[in-house]
Amino acid sequence: MSEKITAPKKTLLPGDYKVTIDNDLCIRCKVCVKQCSFGALSFSEEQDRVRPNSKKCVACQRCVTLCPTGAINVIENPLTQAPNAYWREKDLRNIWKQAETGGMILTSCGNDAPLPQYFDRIVLDACQVTNPSIDPLREPMELRTYIGSKPDAVRVEIRDGKPVLKTTMPPQVKLEVPIMFAPMSFGAISYNTQLALARAATEMGTLWNTGEGGLHRDFYQYGKNAIVQVASGRFGVHQEYLEAAAVVEIKIGQGAKPGIGGHLPGEKVNEEVSRTRMIPVGSDAISPAPHHDIYSIEDLSELIYALKEATRYMKPVSVKIAAVHNVAAIASGIARAGADMIVIDGIRGGTGATPLIVRNNTGIPIELAIAAVDDRLRQEGIRNRVTLVAAGGIRSSADVVKAITLGADAVYIATAALIAVGCHLCQQCHTGRCAWGITTQDPMLVRRLNPDIATERLVNLLKGWSHEIKEVLGSMGVNAIESLRGSRLRLRGVGLSEKELAILGVKHAGE
Amino acid sequence: MIDFETVIEETAAAIVSREGESVTIDAFNVPYRVLNEVVRREIEKGARHIVLKNVNGQRYIGTGLPAPARIEIYGTPGEDLGAFMAGSEITVYGNAQNAVGNTMDSGRIVVHGHAGDVCGYAMRGGEIFIKGNVGYRVGIHMKSYQDKVPVMVIGGEAHDFLGEYMAGGILIVLALGEERVDFRAHHVGTGMHGGAIYLRGGIGKDQLGKEVAIVPIEEEDIKTLERYVGAFANYFGYDAREILASEFIKLKPVSHRPYGRLYAG
Repeated sequence: MSEKITAPKKTLLPGDYKVTIDNDLCIRCKVCVKQCSFGALSFSEEQDRVRPNSKKCVACQRCVTLCPTGAINVIENPLTQAPNAYWREKDLRNIWKQAETGGMILTSCGNDAPLPQYFDRIVLDACQVTNPSIDPLREPMELRTYIGSKPDAVRVEIRDGKPVLKTTMPPQVKLEVPIMFAPMSFGAISYNTQLALARAATEMGTLWNTGEGGLHRDFYQYGKNAIVQVASGRFGVHQEYLEAAAVVEIKIGQGAKPGIGGHLPGEKVNEEVSRTRMIPVGSDAISPAPHHDIYSIEDLSELIYALKEATRYMKPVSVKIAAVHNVAAIASGIARAGADMIVIDGIRGGTGATPLIVRNNTGIPIELAIAAVDDRLRQEGIRNRVTLVAAGGIRSSADVVKAITLGADAVYIATAALIAVGCHLCQQCHTGRCAWGITTQDPMLVRRLNPDIATERLVNLLKGWSHEIKEVLGSMGVNAIESLRGSRLRLRGVGLSEKELAILGVKHAGE
Repeated sequence: MIDFETVIEETAAAIVSREGESVTIDAFNVPYRVLNEVVRREIEKGARHIVLKNVNGQRYIGTGLPAPARIEIYGTPGEDLGAFMAGSEITVYGNAQNAVGNTMDSGRIVVHGHAGDVCGYAMRGGEIFIKGNVGYRVGIHMKSYQDKVPVMVIGGEAHDFLGEYMAGGILIVLALGEERVDFRAHHVGTGMHGGAIYLRGGIGKDQLGKEVAIVPIEEEDIKTLERYVGAFANYFGYDAREILASEFIKLKPVSHRPYGRLYAG
């Protein structure tokens, strides 16, 4: 008897991908069947072969990667519709999906639409002849960056021939590399993933970010390297949580979903997530769109100072917003409201779940946002009051260097960090079925990510990027990342319009 | 330029009078940052009972205290009274402003007067008793976990957006002073997915969020009401039996996953 195939509710949806198995190469080990968490593969004893159900495949590449003989291929489902340059296949697919459910299209990760990539149209300067470059293999190169508000001026007194700082410095937090791990909550990501991020940040002398899901008991030991978030849902926010951290961050917005809240689906709220967030098991964790105690800049200021009071002014308070149209004016308001750090999350920023319409259509590119904010704060003479962090779509050390040269002090990375530990960007985080054990709470899947190996991979990534950043610093003849910050004369645009160049504050290549 | 340390020391010397574990502080026109730091240092020195006199608008009283204490406030405390508060007890002899008990963790706040908007926002434990009215957006996103159940009892009326996104806890509005109360608030309990709201009097269905339903009062509810209305009556000198004799309604979330069907996946 052949396997019974039950027809699902009538659907017009074609599969997104096509799974093919080379039966000559296949050794029937069934690893792929065990590894597929989306139910796209089964084994037929009768036919003695793996049978794919392509419609369920999400192209997470878990089977492809783990197949010992390379027998599996996952390709985009070829030609499921007549060619059409306007009505793309995904448009049809989304319409069918909605026609069948009446719901919003939910997705995850970052915006995958072909918007202009400004990072890729900006090139770096290098020294030739007249000002010699520096050899990073020989000379010390400084990537150290301090987070926190800097005073307008410092007063130094000379006592017994030694300088003594008389100005009381606002709280500062030292980063050995200007790359931090962006907020990803326990709940959205697994225990092992957050553990690896926390350990890697600690080892590399940088910071990780709890996201808005509270701080797991086990992770208090990594508090010195943690940024703890206070978001609209205030999950797991209490005195001890605030005290444990290096930096406290008010989450206003997220690049992947500007202006909207979040619903961590009840399926992901298991025993541990429930304890950390302090909500019942299986209940949706709902973060309202706004903080309902913040309807104005004055209200924001009130919460900033509430957090400063709660931590006795010993920690920088950060405010994270999504990059939107008037980002420069908003950032100015935030700086004046008393924030010590502002995080701007661009339109490429990722998420564990967001409506597709918001992810792909709301916000502005981080390159333009960071340049505009840096400009505005400088014009107003308040750039020193805040640390500026660029987030959302940083893919490489080159992007880091360009973001800092455009005006950021440091960057957040999330997608890149998850890719380092195994993410294949299948954009299924919201299903909770992550085959790589990253964005899931299913204990069987969580176990797939070995936190020791993941830590090492994250540390390696940061080391590799650090080497590369030092290399280009040397090539540009500077020996500290600080010297590059906002130094836009070291950038040139390629193929950009006058307007784009004006906003970025860079000249065109050849000028 | 005088440094902050000197300001604290000099101010403390001028405004603090100690008597054993009890400390009285004249808060008149002292900036909130200085006042709160003076209070914290007194607690560090062992004070467990603090009387603040002439309070005129200082914010964040009771926030970031190094140990739980009993604080009496005469005058009008400013915004965010007891924000993130852990374990202390605050009594206000006067009115309070906005955001009383913001993200409060545990302890108790008793206000012998009115309070403003967003009281008890995201409260996760402890108790708030307000004798008079409160403003808008009160009790939004209160939440509970196991035996940690926040409670807020309001003697007067509450306005729109009461208990929005409530994920847990108990919110009781008594609207005292009128025989028969028809609540005027709208958007009550929008997005509510946990906890309970008790109202003394009636409310129209059109005034409620789609995510809540009016359900009959049961045995358990009567016990809850007796306990917290009893405490309220005690603090403010009412007859609990008289209040409890009125008709109460209960608002309960329809689902703990109100938005589960919003997505196509």
